Amino acid sequence: MTELTNLGVAAIRDGVASGEFTAREVAEAFNANVAAAADLNAFIVTTPDAALEAADKVDADRAAGKDLGSMAGVPIGMKDLFATKGVQTTAASHILEGFTPQYESTVSQNLWDAGAGMLGKLNLDQFAMGSSNETSYFGNVTSPWRKPDGSNTPMSPGGSSGGSSTAVAARLAPAATGTDTGGSIRQPAAFTGITGVKPTYGRCSRWGVVAFASSLDQAGPMAHDVRDCAIMLGAMAGFDPKDSTSLDLPVPDWEANLNSDMKGKKVGIPKEYRMDGTDAEILKSWDDGIAWLKDAGAEIVDISLPHTKYALPAYYIIAPAEASSNLARYDGVRYGLRDLPDGAGLQDMYAETRAAGFGDEVKRRVLIGTYVLSAGFYDAYYNQAQKVRALVAQDFENAWNECDVILAPTTPTASFGLGSLSDDPLTMYLNDVFAVPASLAGLPAMSVPCGVNSDGLPLGLQVVGKAFDEQGVMNAGLAIEERAGFTAKPEKWW
Amino acid sequence: MSNYRIQGATGEWEVVIGLEVHAQVTSQSKLFSGADTTFGAEPNTQVSLVDAAMPGMLPVPNAECIRQAVRTGMAIEAQINKYSRFDRKNYFYADLPQGYQISQLYHPIVGEGQILLEKDEKAGIPEDKIIGIERIHVEQDAGKLMHDQHPTMSYVDLNRCGVALMEIVSKADMRSPAEAGAYVRKLRSILRYVGSCDGNMEQGSMRADVNVSVRKPGEELGTRTETKNVNSVRFVMAVIEGEARRQVDLIEDGGTVVQETRLYDPDKHETRSMRSKEDAHDYRYFPDPDLLPVNLEDDFLEECRASLPELPDAKRTRYIEELGLSEYNAAVLTAEVETFARFETLLGITAKHLGKPESELATTVANWSMSTAPGVVKSLGDEANLEYATAEAQAAILGMQGAGDISGGQAKEIYEIVLKTGRDPEEIADTEGLKQVSDTGAIEAAIDEILANNEDKVEQYKGGKDKLFGFFVGQTMKAMKGQANPQVVNQILKDKLG
Repeated sequence: MTELTNLGVAAIRDGVASGEFTAREVAEAFNANVAAAADLNAFIVTTPDAALEAADKVDADRAAGKDLGSMAGVPIGMKDLFATKGVQTTAASHILEGFTPQYESTVSQNLWDAGAGMLGKLNLDQFAMGSSNETSYFGNVTSPWRKPDGSNTPMSPGGSSGGSSTAVAARLAPAATGTDTGGSIRQPAAFTGITGVKPTYGRCSRWGVVAFASSLDQAGPMAHDVRDCAIMLGAMAGFDPKDSTSLDLPVPDWEANLNSDMKGKKVGIPKEYRMDGTDAEILKSWDDGIAWLKDAGAEIVDISLPHTKYALPAYYIIAPAEASSNLARYDGVRYGLRDLPDGAGLQDMYAETRAAGFGDEVKRRVLIGTYVLSAGFYDAYYNQAQKVRALVAQDFENAWNECDVILAPTTPTASFGLGSLSDDPLTMYLNDVFAVPASLAGLPAMSVPCGVNSDGLPLGLQVVGKAFDEQGVMNAGLAIEERAGFTAKPEKWW
Repeated sequence: MSNYRIQGATGEWEVVIGLEVHAQVTSQSKLFSGADTTFGAEPNTQVSLVDAAMPGMLPVPNAECIRQAVRTGMAIEAQINKYSRFDRKNYFYADLPQGYQISQLYHPIVGEGQILLEKDEKAGIPEDKIIGIERIHVEQDAGKLMHDQHPTMSYVDLNRCGVALMEIVSKADMRSPAEAGAYVRKLRSILRYVGSCDGNMEQGSMRADVNVSVRKPGEELGTRTETKNVNSVRFVMAVIEGEARRQVDLIEDGGTVVQETRLYDPDKHETRSMRSKEDAHDYRYFPDPDLLPVNLEDDFLEECRASLPELPDAKRTRYIEELGLSEYNAAVLTAEVETFARFETLLGITAKHLGKPESELATTVANWSMSTAPGVVKSLGDEANLEYATAEAQAAILGMQGAGDISGGQAKEIYEIVLKTGRDPEEIADTEGLKQVSDTGAIEAAIDEILANNEDKVEQYKGGKDKLFGFFVGQTMKAMKGQANPQVVNQILKDKLG
């Protein structure tokens, strides 16, 4: 029989539907892989029973001749930023340890309604703040990839959706949810040789997703290939009246409309992304991408996104500003951790609870955010950053006069060793330099694997598209995927 | 101009007052959640996941609250901002689960407007005065801490948390406690006309932050203090009096007024410092990224405008100009929604009964509903059953009186019986003999007899002693046992006495 855990979303869905195997067999196979992968620390909580229960329901529905959902029989990993009813939801923080929501996030509910099952809650950078998955209270996630140099250096799976990227890359799940605030889907996807899509801001409801930076947070799929992402995004997306920023638009059938023929399409190559210090192999992969898209029929045009260099600084003002406010609710009063020393008053309780409950990176961003919103600094930082944000968005608007999608690297480097950047937050933040502009502009963007570097580590290419044009983004991604022939897999060591 | 002055050792001082009134928006559910807003529920029974700020919860604006704020703005002739936005006001407190209040700092929904205070010398308003409104913005209320439930802990009740408030900010245009009191009353009246706030100050539906400073007349503005959460008109006035006095005494003793937030202690009738400017929070306002800007469409604005009732000023003018009421009657009748509603219902039914235009009956009905009817109710005390005080019963009485069937005194007597028994007024008039005689034959016979028995007085009258007319009227009424229609009596007497 086929190794079930090598299958992706489409293959599992089709195999379950045709009766080639049962959903229960699939769930059991992935449950077994999850159970055997404790070394990767990809999960904070595993929920094998939930996966089996969902699978049994699909098998029963199939037996009863009922219509099956678009994700029927597909067990997935759920980033632990999504509230799951009755299952601990922590955002990888101590402050929410033991918190069990009485509600289900819209996105996860949509997935369950489409027939998916939950393998467990995936580890992440604490409150989605990080680019290496080293800020989780529940420990680092280790990438399944290793340099073949025998050093066995544990590598970063990227962040913040590092549990998601590791779970998919290590075949612990055929797909996983991610969230992307400033690259948190695309960068980990690139680091682990998988595909990840950040849709247009507002495509996926934020209701029930622990907030990091509300104006940027967007959920999206992480899976093996473009088709799987298209299927899963279709299940996740949709208008939600409970989220005021949700897009009130119909969800297109992205899978059915996948088409890698790029004839008549223009692909923009932004000159500002050729930054000093960008890894030569990254630049080489970019050139490969250009050649593949040309081969797919696209016309390649040079474009300029002149405000690119201001995007990252602006992002690191806006995101922490929003986070500092969004995280104020974790105060020890109503749920989660409460640290109440003897004789302490309210202020002491806040201080003790938040000091004990938040990790260093979270504290750093809360402090930055509090600072940039303070009286006297607000105009110089926050307002200025908002102006930059508008200019970055305008850059893209201008670019759409010349091209349909934009091709760029996803990251400036391949994965790095865990711990190697821990003392250098600025370099760490630079990981998101190519990802952040699309986030600021709210545009759909994806990372698709394009090869491995000389260290044997995967690299990703990023496609950015017009607002609401996930189809155009995924079609270009598919054209790359078909030509890149990316088949590398991490060798199992865990 | 107000002539209110504080007498200080160094001369007269003027007080400068601005008010920020928080008015709870009348709505079924909260500003950003579906939780109920009913007053007085068991603690924490009206709390949604959003109100409790559970992780991942998001606010969704309640369109009705936006609508009520817009209608309120229109009622004070204010600029309505078609673009407005919600901002977060960040601070930590146990009654504020989100850690921020969603408010509107940078782009409020309502801009500048105004409220007219009518001249009312008795109330200390020597002439009409317009008080400017700076803005109205919409924001969330906080929850409530309960300190009396546990020896060492405070409890939190989140029922009120997230309820919609309008903050109505006046300009510093008031110059006396009387003006401030009149302003709050007038604002309350407008809110209740519009239906955007029930104006119930005891339940906290309306609370005022009172800004007070003092200066020598004509000089620069002094430093102001803000006294928070004052919940009655009387207290607002007391705060101003007390605070102005305190500031004058402080300055004259060589001190300086500090910009600070103060609290009013209604038991001691004094304010005390809560926090000074130095301890003031830095609220770190910024646009709420969970919410889109509010863009008001023309259709929506038109609907809001069309839904506005006749407002106090317009109604008062109409009462005077079209119904011929006195300024006093018009002012009293239009002050409260219930009062004018009762009056207009009664006037309508009475006019229908009598087939006469309202303008002809308005003064009678006004006097009845402002003075006669309340007088009867008061004199009966507990004996009065107000359920019987229906507009129909009162209109029937006024109808009989208008037709000349009963006298004013009889109207009162009938109303007394109505209030005690609920019986039909016309039936009472018939069976209790409470009807006046308009039959000219009977009255004429009585008059003839009186004139015949008082020939001397008739002579004196004809000789120029006009005052005796009253004597003849009195005798006639006595003879008719008080039931003769006085107008008929007067007419016949005049005819007979020449």
